[in-house]
Amino acid sequence: MKRIQSTGMVLNVDNIDTDQIIPAKFLKSTNREGFGEHLFANWRYQKNGEPNEDFAFNHYPKGSSVLIAGNNFGCGSSREHAAWAISDYGIRAIISSQFADIFKGNALNNDIVPIEIAAEELALITQYVEKNPSTNIEVDIEKQAVRVYDDTFSFQKTFDIDPLKKKFIMEDISELEYLVSIKKEVEAFEELNIL
Amino acid sequence: MSRTIIDKIWDQHVVKSVTDTTDVLYIDTHYIHEVTSPQAFTGLNNRGANVFRPKQTIATADHNVPTINQHLPIENELSKNQVSTLIKNCSDHGIELFGIGHQKNGIVHVIGPENGYTLPGITIVCGDSHTSTHGAFGAIAFGIGTSQVEHVLNTQCLLLSRPKTMRITVGGKLGKGVTAKDTALYIIAQLGTEGATGHFIEFTGAVFRNFSMEERMTVCNMSIEMGARGGLVGIDYTTIQYVQQRVEDISEEKIANWIALNTEPNAVFDSEIEFDGRDITPMVTTGTSPDTGIDISERVSSTSRNSSKGLSYMQMELEEMIIGKKIDHVFIGSCTNGRIEDLRQAAEIVKDKQKAKHVTAWVVPGSNDVRKQAIEEGLDIIFKNAGFEFREPGCSACLAMNEDKVPSGALCVSTSNRNFEGRQGDGARTILASPMTAAASAINGEITDPRIYLN
Ligand code: SF4
Repeated sequence: MKRIQSTGMVLNVDNIDTDQIIPAKFLKSTNREGFGEHLFANWRYQKNGEPNEDFAFNHYPKGSSVLIAGNNFGCGSSREHAAWAISDYGIRAIISSQFADIFKGNALNNDIVPIEIAAEELALITQYVEKNPSTNIEVDIEKQAVRVYDDTFSFQKTFDIDPLKKKFIMEDISELEYLVSIKKEVEAFEELNIL
Repeated sequence: MSRTIIDKIWDQHVVKSVTDTTDVLYIDTHYIHEVTSPQAFTGLNNRGANVFRPKQTIATADHNVPTINQHLPIENELSKNQVSTLIKNCSDHGIELFGIGHQKNGIVHVIGPENGYTLPGITIVCGDSHTSTHGAFGAIAFGIGTSQVEHVLNTQCLLLSRPKTMRITVGGKLGKGVTAKDTALYIIAQLGTEGATGHFIEFTGAVFRNFSMEERMTVCNMSIEMGARGGLVGIDYTTIQYVQQRVEDISEEKIANWIALNTEPNAVFDSEIEFDGRDITPMVTTGTSPDTGIDISERVSSTSRNSSKGLSYMQMELEEMIIGKKIDHVFIGSCTNGRIEDLRQAAEIVKDKQKAKHVTAWVVPGSNDVRKQAIEEGLDIIFKNAGFEFREPGCSACLAMNEDKVPSGALCVSTSNRNFEGRQGDGARTILASPMTAAASAINGEITDPRIYLN
């Protein structure tokens, strides 16, 4: 994956924890698939299972693959089900002013790009995209750049990403393949360190 | 250069540095449970791969298990399937499992330390964010996702960025009725839930030196609620004594090596914060984030990191007095406060009293060992006589994946670690507090300062 081009979905809430991303009652599955329909379940649906019309997220066109969230996204539980739900829903990048550590790792392991920008910048694009849902969002992983723009608005910014993770995402290498490939070195380490 | 205990343990476990910022870290001990491991085993099985070091992984069933009638089959089909999947995966791959009913069964973060698997100076991971608990032993311990569970099963290693370090010093002394849980809630309220993101924390100062291992575990457990990758306490006599009671034949040399890991006097942390134990009082949270704690005698305030969304979910008003607020449920348990000392503290308050009629009160020991010990000490009788339910071990109402749910709208004083929306059941409202505060509140049927019951 090198590039993401899409519209954005705004979920302007700080500290969205992984219990909100995917509530515990949906964690009983032993598969990785099918979590997308339960993404933000307690917010997206009413008690009777009907969509909650008041929840803005429900009104974005399906197919939008960038989520613009509040500060400190993904705090709480380590459940990777949160990343699976986001990925299964079709989200490929999340913009926030800070990500919780475990979630960030889980996101990268599922080819979801976490994009951190300053809080004021986040506020700026949140406001604009909320009012103008057809705003374009472009993420260039190679250049580590995010662009939010339409005819009247333009925001551009570079973001940090660990160089190794970037390489893995761009070249579609999994961390696991890499770790398996150095097994000899792991055995040598064990020999030297009787821990 | 002087180094911190965090740097020293980390460096000892680096198999190789891949870039300036990323290391391959060797993992000594891996805990697994039924919820976050099945997909990792499926990945492994699909590739026809093996568990690389099966002896270094320990398994338990805790999240899904019922806390009554554990000798009967699990009723919920999905929960039952997760637990039997764990049994099969462990038996296929030669992993030791302390399943339901086993004397060593219990919450993963309670049984690891209790049975001598958690040791100073090692690296510990689990597909569970509260793995930070094990840092109490002077270990680097942190939660991981399921992909990483597969990495560890298959290679005993993880690819990780080097941590930043933070030191939190709590000097002075805690007052009567002020516990480790209050200390944790106090620090979180000061730092915020993202205050320590990217860091491993070393907790130090007189308050931590005087803490028992159980108390250290309570605070390290909640370091994730400060956003930290993990939190630990230096290795001292208290640590060594606890470990020696559980592991035979620890050599003098080994002990000396552990002590040598401690932070050197001039070591520099990326950030330093100091608090005074005398400023800490019994704490209760008011919103839907663990950093919304206030002194129990104060009013709900807008400065307590509350969002209006959180307050409205909690049906709390600004400037409302929290003390005296009517409650419906009390939950004493979880990997934060389900250890024997927690049960003792709660029992001390409950003894010879009755819970308020309208309150449902559950005591859920963190493990079978804790349960057995509590029964030996007669704590179960104290709880039962007071009208509490004394149940079998598991995560229970901490995350309500089993039947132990708090009903929608009900207000629960809970000794667990998260007050997120719906955490204890859809619509349930959670107030985080210490075992003493929870016990006192159960007696009075309203949020109560436990110090009124301490002489
Ligand atoms: S007791 Fe709660 S926090 Fe602890 S491991 Fe179980 S579910 Fe997680």
